[in-house]
Amino acid sequence: MSRAARTLRALPTLLRIGVAETIAYRAEFLVWILTTTIPLVMLGLWSSVASEEAFRGYGQDDFVAYYLATLIVRNLAGTWVAWQISEEIRLGSMAMRLLRPIHPFVAFAASHVAAIPFRSLVVFPVAVVLLLSSGANALTREPLQLALIVPSLAIAWLINFSILFALGTVSFWITKMMGILNLYFGLFMLLSGYLLPLPLLPSYIRGVAEWLPFRFMQSVPVELMTRAMSQREALLLVGGQLAWAAGTLALALFVWDRGVKRFESVGG
Amino acid sequence: MVRYLRLVLVQLRISAAAGMAYRADFIIEGVMAVAWMALTLLPLLVLYDQRSAVAGWDRSSALVVIAYFLGVRAVLEGVVSPSLVDLVERIRSGAFDYVLLKPVDAQALISASRFEPWKIFDLLGALALVIYAFHARGGPPSATGLAVGALLFVNGVLAMYAVWILCAAAAFWVVRLDNLTYLLGAIFDVARWPIHVFRGLWRMVFTFVIPVAVMTTFPAMALLDDLDARTAIATLAGTAALLVVSRLVWRTAIRSYTSASS
Repeated sequence: MSRAARTLRALPTLLRIGVAETIAYRAEFLVWILTTTIPLVMLGLWSSVASEEAFRGYGQDDFVAYYLATLIVRNLAGTWVAWQISEEIRLGSMAMRLLRPIHPFVAFAASHVAAIPFRSLVVFPVAVVLLLSSGANALTREPLQLALIVPSLAIAWLINFSILFALGTVSFWITKMMGILNLYFGLFMLLSGYLLPLPLLPSYIRGVAEWLPFRFMQSVPVELMTRAMSQREALLLVGGQLAWAAGTLALALFVWDRGVKRFESVGG
Repeated sequence: MVRYLRLVLVQLRISAAAGMAYRADFIIEGVMAVAWMALTLLPLLVLYDQRSAVAGWDRSSALVVIAYFLGVRAVLEGVVSPSLVDLVERIRSGAFDYVLLKPVDAQALISASRFEPWKIFDLLGALALVIYAFHARGGPPSATGLAVGALLFVNGVLAMYAVWILCAAAAFWVVRLDNLTYLLGAIFDVARWPIHVFRGLWRMVFTFVIPVAVMTTFPAMALLDDLDARTAIATLAGTAALLVVSRLVWRTAIRSYTSASS
């Protein structure tokens, strides 16, 4: 049987394991979800700032829509695979994964995809609040943008996952990854529109942020939901996402191939 | 008491020695401290680029709040988080048995089990920021302001510690909680803003439920000579109450520890 067919056949089982893992470690899962509450805090901040007068064109409704959409996108597209991989390499349990005839990228991806239905449970109430709140006025009604939201979310997830997979794999070379991951997350928060809408950033940072992958992992789906844009621009943004997804996926697999050759299992 | 002090000193020395062993980290951590400070300051700069004051806080006084935030975070990441990671790992592996066997209080032993000595950079950065903020305001803080501000800094660290013990206690019931530190970090992130910027429900939550105002806003107000005596006393009393509660929860939690080792 070819490698691809083998992987495909294992996929349903991998997904089932992922679901079981999520249920088994529900406390950890819940904590990861709770760490994504920063948009709510920022919403509290900016909506009280904007209640006096609009802030650089952003009214209260715009902020409500922006941050609730951010919360939804982050919960659906974010992953924490880098921490997992780094931990498995440090403790040596990565050795067991290497014995299996399935690429760890697929195995990890399946386990994270399996968690998405559970995350939707969190996302759903947020979406209802968004639609009922004053923020609903600031949402887009363009059919094309609406149609692009789901594909854009899926691609954003893939970019997130690929970058974090590559970063986690760096643990093959560097043992103390936590500091680097924290710094990465700091950069992500700032440059992805997670903390602030990108148009509010100083122009010199915004110019860079518009081209870096961070925007395509987080801000683009949010922009599709909340911003008025031409059809051409919407398609270009999703095209940019596709380009970054291809690039980061190739990077992740490349870093993995190089790293795994250096692997010396720790412990038994 | 003297015994506990000596214990902490020994653990500090071990961690410092371990820190010195990775000398290259010195540079990495230094660079990261600067990068983190820039990242922390940017949203504030964006906000004050358009407004001269937000909810009664002008730029330089908001900078004092951020300086307190950086200071408490340095202690959090330098002392609290590493020890928490250590504790969770020990509970999971069963090595917590050895902690319980030792003839000292388990909470004291675990609270200072590991340090990240390089976080001293963040502390220095916070200090530099305070000095800059007061320079921008055009005068040093008053003597009482300085004294109360310093006292409330310690108080804020203790409040943070109490919240940490509460979280750590959760690790006895649900085993796999290695990511608790990220949760603490995410909650604590609110503390970078003066509490008055938030309204209604948010302010209630961040003052009483998760006392981040106690950690940064009130100490900053004290340093700015802006805090009335009643709030100062309430801050101290609140932290004391929190410490007592955390101690009680810890004692309850430790009773349900079922050793994971054979």
